[in-house]
Amino acid sequence: MRFSRKTLGIPYGVFLLLFVVAPLLVLFYYAFTNGQGQFTLENLTGFFTDPNTLGTLAYSFAVALATTLLCLLIAYPVAYILSTSKLKSKSVIIMIFVMPMWINFSLRITALKEILTMIEGNLAFYPFLNSVLGMTYDFLPFMILPIYNTIVKLDGSLNEAARDLGANERGAFLRVTLPLSMPGIISGVSMVFLPAMTNYVVLDMLYNSTYIMGSLIGSYFNAYNWHGGSMIALVLLGIICVFTLLTDGKEDENARTGGALL
Amino acid sequence: MTKKIVRCAVPVLVLLFLYVPILMLAFYSFTDATQIGSFRLFTLKNYETLFTTEELRNMIIGTVLLALGAALIATILGTLGAIGSFYSKKRITAAMDTVNQIPVINADVVTGFSLCVLLVVVFGIAKDTYIPLVLGHVTLCAPFVYLSVIPKLKQMDSSLYEAALDLGATPSKALFKVVIPQILSGMIAGFSLAVTLSLDDYFIATYTKPATFDTISTYVVNATKGSQTQIKTALWALSTLIFLLVIVIVLVMNISSRRSVKKEEERA
Repeated sequence: MRFSRKTLGIPYGVFLLLFVVAPLLVLFYYAFTNGQGQFTLENLTGFFTDPNTLGTLAYSFAVALATTLLCLLIAYPVAYILSTSKLKSKSVIIMIFVMPMWINFSLRITALKEILTMIEGNLAFYPFLNSVLGMTYDFLPFMILPIYNTIVKLDGSLNEAARDLGANERGAFLRVTLPLSMPGIISGVSMVFLPAMTNYVVLDMLYNSTYIMGSLIGSYFNAYNWHGGSMIALVLLGIICVFTLLTDGKEDENARTGGALL
Repeated sequence: MTKKIVRCAVPVLVLLFLYVPILMLAFYSFTDATQIGSFRLFTLKNYETLFTTEELRNMIIGTVLLALGAALIATILGTLGAIGSFYSKKRITAAMDTVNQIPVINADVVTGFSLCVLLVVVFGIAKDTYIPLVLGHVTLCAPFVYLSVIPKLKQMDSSLYEAALDLGATPSKALFKVVIPQILSGMIAGFSLAVTLSLDDYFIATYTKPATFDTISTYVVNATKGSQTQIKTALWALSTLIFLLVIVIVLVMNISSRRSVKKEEERA
C-alpha cells in the first residue's frame, strides 16, 4: 500500500472536526435560537438577568477560589519540602501523594463523606465548608504534582548564590525560589480552579450541588431544555477561554503534561 | 529543631488527610457496620455481596470493557493523528494542535453536554446503541494519546523512515517496523492514561450513556443518594479492592522502571 505519512492524520482530523468542533458549533446554534429555530437573544439576556443563575455563578466562583487557595496553601509546602529534601527515594514519596488520583473519584468522595458525616453529624450544617473540603480532597494531587515538578528541576546553585550575595534564608526563598516556581503554581491553579468551578458531582454527593455552574447545565439537561443548557455551556466555555488566555504561556508545560502522564 | 519537625509534620499530615478516609472505609468494609464509627463483628459479607450481585458485577465489567475499548480506539486514532500532524505543513500541524487542545482544557460537563446535543438531539442517534458513549469517551481520551505521542516523534530521527523507504520498504512496513517501535513508549503511556481517564469519567458518561447501563462513577453517585445500605457497604469493598489494585500496579511499575534503569546503567 502506498501512502504518505501526512495522510495518516486524516482520520483523526475528521474525528476532531466531527466530535470536537461540530459540537461547539451546535452549542452556538442552540444558544442563540429558540424552540422554533428562530434567532433569539432571549437565552443570553435570560442568563444575565436571572438572579438565580447569577447567584450560582458567584457561588461557584467563590467555591473554586476557596478550593484553589486551600489547595495551594497545602500543596506548596508539601511540594517544597519534598523537592528540597535530601531523601533518595523522592520519586517514590511523590508517587504516594499522587496515588489517590487513580482510585475512582466517586469512591474517594464516598469515603470522605462517611468521615465528614461521622464528624459533623449532618452534612447540611456546613455546606460551603464541605464543598471546599470535598473539592480539595479530590484535586489536591493535581496541585502538588506540577509544583513539585517545577521546584525539583530548579538549579539549587541559584539559591546558594543568593545566600552568598547576602540574602537571608527567607529573602532567598521569596526572591529566588518562589518566583521561579510560579510556572508550576500557575499550572496547578489552572488544573484545580476550572474543574472546581464546574465539577458539580463532588458536591452532589455531599448534598450541596445546586449552586455550582455545572449543575445548571445538568438541570437544563434533565428538563430537555437544550437551548438554555447550551447558553450556560457557552458561558462556561467563555470563562474557560478567558482563564486559558490569561495563563497561556506562563505555565510550565512539562510539569503539566508530566502530571497528566504520571 | 522545630524546622525539622515542621518538615516532617506537614507532609505526614497531608498524607493522613489523603489516606485516612480511604483506610477507614477499607477497615469498615470488613465489618457489618452500616456507617463508619460503630460495628459489631467482622465479616466478609460486603465482599460476598459485591461478587454475587449481578447488577454490581455487570457495572464493573461494563466499566472496564468501556475503558479498554475506548482507550484502544483512542490510541489508534490519536497515534495516527500525531504522526500525520507531525509530518504535515506547519499550518495544519498548528491547527491540529489547537483543536486537539480543546477537549483537554474544556470542562467535561461542556464536552459531555455538547456531544449529547450533537449526537442525540441533532443526529438522533439513540443512546441505547452505545455509540454516543463510546464516541464520547474516545473524544475524552484521544487528545491525551496525541499529546503523549508527539514528544516521541520529536525525539525520533526522522531520516530513519526515509532510509527504510530508500532501502525498499513499503510505507506501511516502514511505519510498523521503524516508526511504531520508536514511539511505542508514548503510545503505551497514552493508552494507560486513556484507561484511567475513562475509568474516572462521570460527566461524559452521564450525558451519553444508555439508561440501563452504569459505569462505576455513575453507579456510585446514584447509590450514595439512595438508601440501600447493603449496596452502599458493598461499594466500600469495591473501593478497598481498587485501592489494593492501585498499590499493586504502582509497585510493579516502580520495580520494572528501576530494573530498566539498572539495565541501562549496566549497558553504559
